[in-house]
Amino acid sequence: MDSEICIIIESVSDIITAREQGRTIGKELGFSFTDLTIIATVISEVARNILVFAKEGEIILGMTRQGGRHGIVIIARDRGPGIPDIPLAMQDGYSTRKGLGLGLPGVRRLMDEFEIISEVGKGTTVTMKKWVYQT
Amino acid sequence: MEVPILKQGDFLIATIQAALTDADLLKLHYALVEQVGKHRSKGVIIDVTALDVMDSFATKTLRSLAHMVRLRGAETVICGIQPEVAFTMVQLGLTLEGISTALDLEEGLALLNQSTGKREA
Ligand SMILES: Nc1ncnc2c1ncn2[C@@H]1O[C@H](COP(=O)(O)OP(=O)(O)OP(=O)(O)O)[C@@H](O)[C@H]1O
Ligand SMILES: [Mg+2]
Repeated sequence: MDSEICIIIESVSDIITAREQGRTIGKELGFSFTDLTIIATVISEVARNILVFAKEGEIILGMTRQGGRHGIVIIARDRGPGIPDIPLAMQDGYSTRKGLGLGLPGVRRLMDEFEIISEVGKGTTVTMKKWVYQT
Repeated sequence: MEVPILKQGDFLIATIQAALTDADLLKLHYALVEQVGKHRSKGVIIDVTALDVMDSFATKTLRSLAHMVRLRGAETVICGIQPEVAFTMVQLGLTLEGISTALDLEEGLALLNQSTGKREA
């Protein structure tokens, strides 16, 4: 990653801060208005998961370059309870807290790259990328 | 940031500002349900024009809000969902099942007038 910033997530207002930082970085990278909305929404979903399931964690935002293209990297990391069954958690409608269960599967649909690593008792890290499309 | 609720005839209009916290959304939830009873409102319009993010939490809150308003005998119309917000919602799989939506406040009011059996003068 070229440069990165880290936002500690421990309250709801941190979600909004992270969302706005994501928009700022996205704008710098030249994302479309729709993509900026997608970036803000994705950050909102993963940051809320941190708050709800792990109580605290962090969102790391950065710019990345790869073979002539550039994009945004969003990492959501916590040392919470972890996810015992990732394929299950990735299913539409699966939620352990009466949520809509659309956060994680929806985020995967919205981003170009999505990776989730989780260990029970240790925590969860979700790494996502979105590339700027040039026409 | 609290959501102002405006009474207009038989209807209540709540205009959501950008970047609402969860607490604000929940407060709106309770305030609306209470005011529907107090004013015997027939309809509620929630204007989300300024909302730049509609995530699963906000969607769930709006859905349960509309449900509660209906249990109190009134109808809810959500208006002003921005095109890029709508696009993102579709991709996330978020739906506002069973809730009427309108392009803007004017259309929202027309919809409520129609469905609550009033004719425009
Ligand atoms: N950071 C996390 N730590 C522990 N468990 C998590 C974490 N993120 C997600 N999960 C688990 O994965 C499930 C699915 O997550 P997802 O975000 O898709 O749904 P949700 O948060 O329950 O509901 P929604 O996001 O639709 O409001 C959660 O219910 C939870 O059990
Ligand atoms: Mg979630």
